[in-house]
Amino acid sequence: MIAAKPPRSVKQPLTRLTPWLFVLPATLIMAVACLYPVLQALRLSFYNWSIGTPWTEATFAGAQYFSRLVQDPAVLSSLLTTLLFAATVVIAEMILGLVLALALEKPMRGLTLFRTVFILPMMIAPIVVGLTWRFLFDTNFGAINALMTSLGVGKITWLADPNLAFFAVVVADIWQWTPFVFIMLAAGLQNLDGAVIEAAAIDGATPWQAIWSVKLPMLMPIIVVTLLLRLIDAFRVLEVVYIMTGGGPGNSTEILSMHIYKTAFSGGQLGYASAISVLLLAVVMGLSVAVLRLSNPLSAGKKA
Amino acid sequence: MITAPAGRELEAGVPRIPRPRRTGGLLRGLLLAVMGILSMFPLYMMFATSFKVQTQIFMPNATFFSREFWLFTPTLENYRSVLVDGNFVRYLTNSLIVGVVSTVLTLLFSVLAAYALARFSFMGRGVISWTSLLLRTVPLVVLVVPVYGIWQGWGINDTLPGLILLYTAVNIPFAIWVLYGFIAQVPQELEEAAAVDGASPFRTFFAVVLPLIRPGLAAAGIFVFRVAWNEFILALVLTNRFSRTMPVEIAANITDVGVEWGRVMAMGVLIAIPPLLFTLLAARQLIAGLTAGAVKG
Repeated sequence: MIAAKPPRSVKQPLTRLTPWLFVLPATLIMAVACLYPVLQALRLSFYNWSIGTPWTEATFAGAQYFSRLVQDPAVLSSLLTTLLFAATVVIAEMILGLVLALALEKPMRGLTLFRTVFILPMMIAPIVVGLTWRFLFDTNFGAINALMTSLGVGKITWLADPNLAFFAVVVADIWQWTPFVFIMLAAGLQNLDGAVIEAAAIDGATPWQAIWSVKLPMLMPIIVVTLLLRLIDAFRVLEVVYIMTGGGPGNSTEILSMHIYKTAFSGGQLGYASAISVLLLAVVMGLSVAVLRLSNPLSAGKKA
Repeated sequence: MITAPAGRELEAGVPRIPRPRRTGGLLRGLLLAVMGILSMFPLYMMFATSFKVQTQIFMPNATFFSREFWLFTPTLENYRSVLVDGNFVRYLTNSLIVGVVSTVLTLLFSVLAAYALARFSFMGRGVISWTSLLLRTVPLVVLVVPVYGIWQGWGINDTLPGLILLYTAVNIPFAIWVLYGFIAQVPQELEEAAAVDGASPFRTFFAVVLPLIRPGLAAAGIFVFRVAWNEFILALVLTNRFSRTMPVEIAANITDVGVEWGRVMAMGVLIAIPPLLFTLLAARQLIAGLTAGAVKG
């Protein structure tokens, strides 16, 4: 410990450059192929650029896209759809995940296998999730309608009805992401101070009281971080909707990411699409800053 | 994986309040089984359908509880038809190359950066940390328009190196912070001892730190590979005949009418296999990687 400093200070010139040698390759690639495109998205939102022309020939358009954006009913409707989608899936996933984490808190046989099986949906391609659920909800081929027929309900055209299509997309997201909430909250429960919970039990708290008055308040920081992480991801959803409904029927499932893609590559309005993506970026960045304020990996490292 | 927190062992002498155990255990077992089945059923349907021909898939009168819904004669016809298609095999190869190369590059660059961020204080550390933390959550659809123009301008659209560069760049911010969590847990005394023995910082890193964070590398590697292997929207915009990847090809097979479900599901199974295998092999590390930052912080 005490002798740690001298050998490094002997090679002072190298030591000062060393951290930079470590971070340089990652920083360069990040700057060139990730940060630079993000900054260009900001710039292009002020430019008139049609598809089929080189991006260097885009002409300055001022802030007209932003004034158009705030009055555009299609953008407003898409924003509302996104908010409704995000709110619905995140609330459902949080409740389901929390109930599961609390119910399966104690060690039991099969739990390890269950957790492995449970995280499979979030590892496979969103494209595959989309096509699997599109198949399950298919009017003629789908297992869900086979079940509906068995129950005497008859066949339902799930993906052709605006409300049912929205419901179907929500179900697919809940299936894929509830495991994430469960894993996070289960890990949080294991890290709680066991002595406090034991003390509550000795003081005569019922299991129900222990959950409401002891475990949930102690778990709250992790619940909030998990909720924000899920919200961020809900705003980033694209593939499952692309495959299941393509944003339809009508525009009932046209979330912002889908709307941006369509504006750019079906509508050919790349500048306007950039302006809408700045809106999406602002929402996600706001949520990200909130997460970082609550649980900053930088400060966590300092403690260690 | 499940270990009782230390506090409970200290309290072992205190008599526990007896609770009705039996029914609770049964209910929890039932819950476990139901959730497990709900979780697996869609994947089962994908696998089962990939082994069926169209007439077995289209059963207008089959009900959920009928024999014909569950029992069928499996056929490899869908896999044969997919794998004799030269284009499809090329897209599969593209996906493999892009996935493996970008994962290796991402891990190499990220682990170096994560080590510097965790162990050294230097000018620019704050800027790099914050930039990468924020870039970690940028929606990929935001990148679609600029990348479409920039990659064309650089002449790397519809090339595998173009995709590899892009996936490496979008994965580095994420990988840095997963690896950072694992590096922060390595006792610093080990590195100090190596430094005292005269090892250079690079030698210390490769000989002392890297072997200790192998589980972290596995977790980060799987998450990174998953993004590169599964990514759709950027590949859709950037690739054409030459560098197309599997997710784009699958999406192209989902049309409004007359989807060949057997073939599409066979493609789905092929693209799902690597992530599923990795998850089954390293579930423990993945769960540790997921929860490392947020829960322990």
